[in-house]
Amino acid sequence: MATVIIDGIEYEAEEGANLLHAVLSQRLDLPYFCWHPSLGSVGACRQCAVIQYMGPEDERGRLQMACMTNVSDGMRVSIDAPFATEFRSTVIEWLMENHPHDCPVCEEGGECHLQDMTVMTGHSVRRYRGQKRTWRNQDLGPFIGHEMNRCITCYRCVRFYDDYAGGKDLGAFGSRDRMFFGRFEDGTLESEFAGNLVEVCPTGVFTDKPFASQYTRKWDLQSAPSVCPGCSVGCNIFVSERYGQLRRVTNRYHGQLNQYFICDRGRFGSHFVNSDKRVRNAGVRREDGAFEYGDSKMIVEEAAKSLSNSTIGIGSPRASLESNFALRELVGSENFCVGIEEKELEVLSAYTGLMREGGFSVPSLEEVEESDAILILGEDISNTAPRVALSVRQASRIVSFDLASGAEIPVWQDAGVRGHAQHSRNPLFVATPASTRLDDIATQFAGGSVDELIGIANSVQRVLDNEEEDSGFAVAVGEALKAAKHPLVITGCSLQNEALVRLAGRIAQTLNRNGQDSRLIVVPSEANSLGVALLGGGLSLTRALDRMSSGEAAILLENDLYRRASSEVVDKALENGECIALDSNENATLSKSRFVFAAATYAEQTGTFVNYESRAQRFFQAFEPDGEVLPSWRWLSQFASLNGRDELSWKSFEGVSSACANSTFEELNNVAPSADFRLKGGSKIPRQTHRYSGRTAMRAHLDIHEPKSTVDVDTPFTYSMEGQNPADQDGAAIPYAWAPGWNSNQSVFKFQQEVGGELIGGDPGIRLIAVTSEPVPSSAPDRKLDVTTSEETTNGNFEVVPLNDVFGSDEMSSLSWPIQRRMSAPYLVISHEDARRLDLKAGMGVHVSGLDESLEVRIDSRLKAGLAGVPRGMIKNGESLASSIELSLDPDFVSRASVDRDVIARG
Amino acid sequence: MSLLDTKPLIGRVEELGGLVSLKDYVSSGGYSGAKRALTQMSPEEVIDLVRNANLKGRGGAGFPTGMKWNFAKGEPLTPGPKYLVCNADEMEPGTFKDRYLMEFNPHLLIEGMIIGAFAIQAEIAYIFLRGEYHEPYKQLNRAIDEAKESGRLGNSVFGIDFNLELRVHLSGGRYICGEETALLNALEGKRAQPRSKPPFPPASGAWGRPTIVNNVETFCNVPAILRNGAQWYQDLGLTDDAGTKLYGVSGRVNKPGLWELPMGTPIREIIEVHAEGMCDGFKLRGLLPGGASTDFLVEEHFDLPMDYATIQSAGSRMGTGTMILMDDSICPVDMCRNLEHFFAQESCGFCTPCREGIPWVEALLTDIESGKGQLGDLEILDQHAAFIGGPSNTFCLHAPGAMEPLQSALKYFRDDFEQHIKQGRCPYRS
Repeated sequence: MATVIIDGIEYEAEEGANLLHAVLSQRLDLPYFCWHPSLGSVGACRQCAVIQYMGPEDERGRLQMACMTNVSDGMRVSIDAPFATEFRSTVIEWLMENHPHDCPVCEEGGECHLQDMTVMTGHSVRRYRGQKRTWRNQDLGPFIGHEMNRCITCYRCVRFYDDYAGGKDLGAFGSRDRMFFGRFEDGTLESEFAGNLVEVCPTGVFTDKPFASQYTRKWDLQSAPSVCPGCSVGCNIFVSERYGQLRRVTNRYHGQLNQYFICDRGRFGSHFVNSDKRVRNAGVRREDGAFEYGDSKMIVEEAAKSLSNSTIGIGSPRASLESNFALRELVGSENFCVGIEEKELEVLSAYTGLMREGGFSVPSLEEVEESDAILILGEDISNTAPRVALSVRQASRIVSFDLASGAEIPVWQDAGVRGHAQHSRNPLFVATPASTRLDDIATQFAGGSVDELIGIANSVQRVLDNEEEDSGFAVAVGEALKAAKHPLVITGCSLQNEALVRLAGRIAQTLNRNGQDSRLIVVPSEANSLGVALLGGGLSLTRALDRMSSGEAAILLENDLYRRASSEVVDKALENGECIALDSNENATLSKSRFVFAAATYAEQTGTFVNYESRAQRFFQAFEPDGEVLPSWRWLSQFASLNGRDELSWKSFEGVSSACANSTFEELNNVAPSADFRLKGGSKIPRQTHRYSGRTAMRAHLDIHEPKSTVDVDTPFTYSMEGQNPADQDGAAIPYAWAPGWNSNQSVFKFQQEVGGELIGGDPGIRLIAVTSEPVPSSAPDRKLDVTTSEETTNGNFEVVPLNDVFGSDEMSSLSWPIQRRMSAPYLVISHEDARRLDLKAGMGVHVSGLDESLEVRIDSRLKAGLAGVPRGMIKNGESLASSIELSLDPDFVSRASVDRDVIARG
Repeated sequence: MSLLDTKPLIGRVEELGGLVSLKDYVSSGGYSGAKRALTQMSPEEVIDLVRNANLKGRGGAGFPTGMKWNFAKGEPLTPGPKYLVCNADEMEPGTFKDRYLMEFNPHLLIEGMIIGAFAIQAEIAYIFLRGEYHEPYKQLNRAIDEAKESGRLGNSVFGIDFNLELRVHLSGGRYICGEETALLNALEGKRAQPRSKPPFPPASGAWGRPTIVNNVETFCNVPAILRNGAQWYQDLGLTDDAGTKLYGVSGRVNKPGLWELPMGTPIREIIEVHAEGMCDGFKLRGLLPGGASTDFLVEEHFDLPMDYATIQSAGSRMGTGTMILMDDSICPVDMCRNLEHFFAQESCGFCTPCREGIPWVEALLTDIESGKGQLGDLEILDQHAAFIGGPSNTFCLHAPGAMEPLQSALKYFRDDFEQHIKQGRCPYRS
């Protein structure tokens, strides 16, 4: 540690950090633009100028940019010196020469870092007499608005999009005072991380387009801390509401997980909450088949009456742990199915089994970024867990920091580090059936069918066991993993193959026995897959559906069974079994159920998800939904109560969550502050900002009386602006980021122990399984894992390989309108060889045996001949596909892309 | 005594009255310096010799060449190539010395680069050439082919175990490419933006490898040092600075041009003797000694010798040594406006003071020149000179360079600025 004297006061600072980092880590105010804790320093904006004195005698000092100055012990600087403050105010004056005064109509207004910095430096009077420069903006697709006139040329956008996230289609164009940031031509930004531009841009150049379409100022939003339901990473998010509608999702800083960035599925995938396909009332299907919505009290009574001792409960990996628990308790463990298909459940069981065995660690994303050699086995993480892929991309740069340190380039000097390291990267091996968006940084990649991937995993294991091995790929992987300090193996549930996961575990355990800090990630499919797998149930999905087919009743918790089994099987189950379905949005399962109850979405309830690390995290209700919408566990509590099961008739979230904790994991009690939490002084934490406006007017067209705000018995938050958001409360209980003088998301540093470090109140979540990295003894070779290749595909047939698409494969986000605009038409991926053989080209249509609808052909350069990649969740009746299919050309197929083009052409 | 003894750079060109061919070059001792370096000396000895000769960089900054080479000597930290780069992106207004050397004496540059490459043990070298220099491009490529054919470039140069590949890269054309790190970015195919220093190019330059960048004229000084020794070279200079220098004059003189003269030749001698004085009816008011990005010198400085230290102590920089004269018919405000227009246009757009500040300066000067200046404008100009002019206030030295003529004009010709505002017109226009 070094001592730095800032304006006469001594502070502790990390030696080798840059001065801006040190200043902000003391939570002092110093304006900046181009620096970003994750993107480093480049020295472009010249905003963070301070005076540095060269010795004890020096009274004049010299101007330095804090972000480009190394911290050294005993250094003396001034933020307040007149020359520095004047310079900083002049920088703003320069930036304001061309910045439009359109704050009142700008989407960034009220949370604009440029506004904050302008006020902070004191610049107010315009002296520049010239005209402002103007630009023609681009259409960047459904997610991102573009308003170049507001640009202050900090280069953050391209540094995030290209350098950090590996994007290829956003660039800096032009020079001098005609710098333009955009695409080569109009068109949708390709990267699945494009949405972060909204938060990275310090002003209103890149804005959230869906949010802008029903715009609300930040200060008028009611928000709560939440957890993204889009995949199993559990990125922390803020969910914000106005007028009963979810308006937007933004990143909520978590030091070990998502840090400053989330993916676009997370950011734009929540508009299903506002969908007109929402179920808002309870309903029942009458004898004649007609469905009617009615008084929920009567329908609950009728439904409750239909329950018996043998009623089946099918849970859901997208429902909260508490609702799943409530269902399990109501129907009994022996009648409870977690709602995940068997093969995937086997994979999850293998994963939890491995975690309990230990002999590796499960890394947080922060730790992924420190993993110096990585093998990805079978899982296309850019599509199934995009935030992990973003961290893998950072891990590939570890060597560049080592090289830079060797050349005495500070690690935070971003351009210097990148320029010096050039294309040096850490070993990354990608073994997946088709190409991935990490291939550009992969040392080597390999493809093949699931069996071939298992073969690769076995070969790698042989290399680790120092056995003879012919596969060059496996030798390269094995040697790289052996040479690493923190080798990481990533696999997942997509291929639904247990052997692959056990082999990945064996590789990690072997490395660990060799004394390495080995790591393993198995990516579950959905937000709470691991949570429900840990909860467990006595019934497999096949058995549950069988029993329903033979006429037994079932409660279906937030689960569209058509996504999990073939339509033939589900049809039969729903026709014969009398179902009580709870869900938030209409789907095929609901339309065939007898009773329907409106379940709250994640944004309208409080609950717990368990992520890939087994980290249990609390998401809090952001707002009260319209209609008779309740968290599923509340409906289940009512059924229990009507059946005399008082021990299950919980009245508050506290009740169900502590019952769940007591019956499963004690730690769940400590995941987040409970409803009785009070700040010093006795207040709760407000969901609404202190500047929330319109409170008395927003309902005046309905009633001139302002309704009393609901007393929240479930959480530490209020549905009002009363209370405080003091920044040092529990890290899980931050409803929005704001600090005096810092209205934008840049205020997050006031909530951190150190810039880019842990939250003051701790990073949220508790891991339910403590994985010990004690070496486990080598097990006897497992014959089951030496899978031989399956039967040859018959002539002309294709073996189906499941693929994933970040926009479309996830159930709920694909109901969100911005995501729908980004989704492709249903497609099928084949190899170059097969395309040539069948004379197919990309964009043509093919008939697929077993499907009514034709699919658009895509060609993948890495897919092997004989394989057909089928995107999960995007094809009607896709679950009914056989494992081997036949293809033939559909001459009448019209590609949706060409239809879109036609629409555009006609204006 | 040959002209080469006093004019090692262009004496031969003057003798021949034009292009020095390979035959002419070799017959007058050409390539003997390189041969001596490669066949009789170690790289360290070459560096020491250049250091002892006190050769300073002729690109404008005057950094000691031997010291620069010394930073890149020996084995690099990590295995891989080193690069030698010649900065031939001569875009400084009023400067045309490198063009003359490359167009008429290309083998001199090649020989200097062979010696430099050997000294730092770089086996790949680039000449980064100004995009508009078509004739030098032709001559250099022809000379490189000749040198290759005669065993002076390519594999085993001069028969020793040293290979050198020399390539000419034609610039896309931006003034900022003359900044050595922007040049390296441009060479790599990236945006021509300067890099933050450290790392300096000798530690991490082209493609992250140790790289030495020198100006054309600097390299051209090296062969004679190898041939004649350090003491001979030191003795050429009239003051503390060694060697000869290509001095140039543009403006209303009787004979504008370029002359190789001993380092430290007085300004007045260059103008009066070599440029044959001011044209009739014009009086010299001020001059920019070494290109557009140097401070004005005025009457009181005209007897100073043109060398690095003296001009520096007079508040300016010798820069490229090719001076631009301002006679009494030229409006200093308009001249500054013209210069700032150039600098604003050539800003790379990376840092705020340069990107936004210089256009404002240009706008103010345009207003003042056209009679629309306001009281207070001069204070804004003063403020810009102070805020943009500081060495670490901006990302690179482009903007501080842009402020040099302005701040000195505000000092020496302030009355002109004030008269413009008072009269609401340019007094130089009728």
